[in-house]
Amino acid sequence: MPTFVRTDKCDGCKGGDRTACMYICPHNLMKLDVDGSATGHAMKAYNQEPDQCWECYSCVKICPSNAIEARHYADVVPLGGSVQPLRGQDSIMWSIKFRNGTMKRFKFPIRTTPEGSIDCYGGKPKADLANLGKALLTRDVMGGYRAGNPAELICK
Amino acid sequence: MAGTFGNPEVVQEEVDILIIGGGMAACGAAYEIMPWIGAAKEAGVDITVKLIDKAAMDRSGAVAQGLSAINTYIGPNQDPADYARMVSNDLMGITRDDLAYDLGRNVDDSVHLFEEWGLPIWKTVNGERFDGATWPKEGGKLLKDGGEPVRSGKWQIMINGESYKWIVAEAAKKALGSDNIQERVFIVKLVNDANDKNRVAGAVGFSTREDKVYVYKFKACLLVAGGCVNIFRPRSVGEGQGRAWYPVWNAGSTYTMAAEAGAELTMMENRFVPARFKDGYGPVGAWFLLFKAQATNAYGEVYMTKNKELLNDYPPYGQAAVPASCLRNHLMLKEMKEGRGPIYMDTVTALAKLRETLSPREVKHLEAEAWEDFLDMCIGQCGIWVGENIEPEKKNSELMPTEPYLLGSHSGCCGIWASGPEDVGAPTTEEHPEADKIPAHLPQGWNWGYRSMTTVRGLFTAGDGVGASGHKFSSGSHTEGRMCAQSMVKFVMDNKDWVPTLDTPVEDLVNEIYQPVRTFLEHKDYTTAIDVNPHYITPRMLQFRLQKIMDEYVAGVATYYTTNGHMLAVAEEKLGMLKEDAQKMRAKDLHELLRAWENYHRILTAEAHMKHIQFRKESRYPGFYYRMDYNLVDEENWHCFVNSVYDKNTKTWNVFKRAHKDLVDKSKLFKPAAH
Ligand SMILES: Cc1cc2nc3c(=O)[nH]c(=O)nc-3n(C[C@H](O)[C@H](O)[C@H](O)COP(=O)(O)OP(=O)(O)OC[C@H]3O[C@@H](n4cnc5c(N)ncnc54)[C@H](O)[C@@H]3O)c2cc1C
Ligand code: SF4
Ligand code: SF4
Repeated sequence: MPTFVRTDKCDGCKGGDRTACMYICPHNLMKLDVDGSATGHAMKAYNQEPDQCWECYSCVKICPSNAIEARHYADVVPLGGSVQPLRGQDSIMWSIKFRNGTMKRFKFPIRTTPEGSIDCYGGKPKADLANLGKALLTRDVMGGYRAGNPAELICK
Repeated sequence: MAGTFGNPEVVQEEVDILIIGGGMAACGAAYEIMPWIGAAKEAGVDITVKLIDKAAMDRSGAVAQGLSAINTYIGPNQDPADYARMVSNDLMGITRDDLAYDLGRNVDDSVHLFEEWGLPIWKTVNGERFDGATWPKEGGKLLKDGGEPVRSGKWQIMINGESYKWIVAEAAKKALGSDNIQERVFIVKLVNDANDKNRVAGAVGFSTREDKVYVYKFKACLLVAGGCVNIFRPRSVGEGQGRAWYPVWNAGSTYTMAAEAGAELTMMENRFVPARFKDGYGPVGAWFLLFKAQATNAYGEVYMTKNKELLNDYPPYGQAAVPASCLRNHLMLKEMKEGRGPIYMDTVTALAKLRETLSPREVKHLEAEAWEDFLDMCIGQCGIWVGENIEPEKKNSELMPTEPYLLGSHSGCCGIWASGPEDVGAPTTEEHPEADKIPAHLPQGWNWGYRSMTTVRGLFTAGDGVGASGHKFSSGSHTEGRMCAQSMVKFVMDNKDWVPTLDTPVEDLVNEIYQPVRTFLEHKDYTTAIDVNPHYITPRMLQFRLQKIMDEYVAGVATYYTTNGHMLAVAEEKLGMLKEDAQKMRAKDLHELLRAWENYHRILTAEAHMKHIQFRKESRYPGFYYRMDYNLVDEENWHCFVNSVYDKNTKTWNVFKRAHKDLVDKSKLFKPAAH
């Protein structure tokens, strides 16, 4: 179920030294064919090991030119379907096409805060070495500590 | 001096703490550690930290695609002891209650942080369920303020989790700062200390982008490089072989590097064989628990009901209110073996029934919810649905147990033996008939000072790395990483004047890592076909051979998960030769060098799995594997941990027992036997 790159859309991330798809693929599969020697298409990316693709869509979602799609694995799946996302800042839109032509669209939220807005330690207590190893930094403010009924610990 | 393909540049760095991995556990550690480092600085101790990931943290590890549920959230109404009981039950009784309990009481804190950071978590408001972006408009509350999550099971809560990893990584990266993060470096091995062979002093790896080898020295190290996938032949062997259920890129680095450094492993015989939607491996949890679907054989019979008598063969585990995952497989496999497949998830009936009970608003969302469950974490399954024209309300989908995976944070419990909390009544001595077979240098009992330290000084682990606990999932792995952060700061402060000394010269380490490249350059012109050459083996063929051995002899899908002592002996011999041949791996480029070392990690992890199954003379996990020569759960002789240490010099394993003990009462789990 590997991804493929459309020759008409990929611009090699405008010749930058690191393309978005190469940057993101967790399995190191996407590669820029700088001189065209591997694919015949210079300065365009390709999936260098299609049979190792997890189809995680990380590259599909990140490509600024929407040049990457998936053709579901030919040794298993009949041709003709497609599942294609458009990921925005706070939601993702999926266009789904069945082999028989049926179409579906779904939109899901992905995030409730603006990207880059996380304030790691704002409103959190300062770490106090006297507590090192005794409680997580945020135990008091995040309300997530579950003390448990001591009677349940039968060896104490 | 920039390196060349045959002669890499060597970069040497010394830090106090090295984090290997950038997944959930690593991100938890990164978040938690900085304020404590700040506090240490105020107390006059400067601590430096660096995180190394083989990929990009935004999408690395098992959560790359996202997830549709957080599988461990305790909530205010359940007790950590209930959680520890559930973990034990699902893993057939042999887990560390101290680790599970400690995780259970802390894990919700990470989930509350995720929500603060922007992860959309579904809520129930006035009896109706809303997605993670809609509930604020309906008057819902944050979890930390008492908001009610949508439970898809006793412990699971639903999320809109496409960007889960992206969000968690943002917090981790901001906390650490980009100068302290190095992406696209694959760590190959840990290096012991020259003056203390039971301690770690460094790690070596290489860049997958430039000709560079990195040598790190440190006082403490968090090894959290995930579980292990692709040691067994996958069910699809052509273009679809990358579609394993667990992420193909987790290659057993955690277990292999720990073992080679001398760390004690535990329960490496355990494996996870998830029953999933066939071919795409889409998740079933929401279908069973949220949509209340049933699984049937080809004749519409519900095998969990039909075959329930089989559960009586495994007392007391078979009598649990919710049978262990492996036992559910056991009941399914009977149908498959006796020719009543395919097995189906009855999505049609389930969705039709739900329409009768849900509000009209909820029904409108139902179809989207079913699709989102896959789109958030297993898009490949949607690929199968569209290619095969499957609409779940109109056509049922096949289920199938996958090939086996090794992991310690999901529904499996293999991993490293780690030090637990001291306040829950864990044993501090080792008392059982075979206690004298435990190598003398290893600690007694379940805690030895620093929470989550392995039996090797300075080496810590979390998430998939910690064995004998399981069911931590994404949130629990993050939490365990946070606990490690504190222990490592403590460890470094206690050892502030200690100086690491590598037990191997840097030059030797570099030569070892680049050997596959040099082998290639030396021999490539011997033949006309680049892949066929008597002087080397491609990483790809190495992997195929490993998968063939494991599949055919060590209870893979080829034998319906069965093996016996004779088959294991054959596997042992073949794996030995494979390990030797791994010295002849070739790498024609940096990408192949990555594959070469990943597969080396796979081989050693696979060998550990085989050795443990060989040692444990029973079948503890029916439905995951069967030793047909000991086809029973033998509570009398094998209600114990199986642990091991590896000797990197002799390349041999020493496998032994450790006593098991319940710290919470398990009898609450079981109904009286129904004979
Ligand atoms: C299909 C699937 C479904 C799941 N469903 C759920 C769910 O619904 N809910 C839930 O809560 N949890 C779920 N989980 C479990 C959850 O994802 C894991 O428990 C969690 O990610 C484990 O965290 P970790 O840090 O141990 O490993 P990971 O998050 O996998 O991280 C491993 C890291 O190590 C890096 N790495 C690996 N090898 C090396 C090396 N040699 N050198 C340097 N870096 C390396 C990787 O790039 C990665 O960054 C699911 C997992 C999968 C795969
Ligand atoms: S991210 Fe898209 S545009 Fe950039 S190189 Fe990759 S395929 Fe081409
Ligand atoms: S889908 Fe995932 S694994 Fe496949 S090439 Fe893209 S990023 Fe890599």
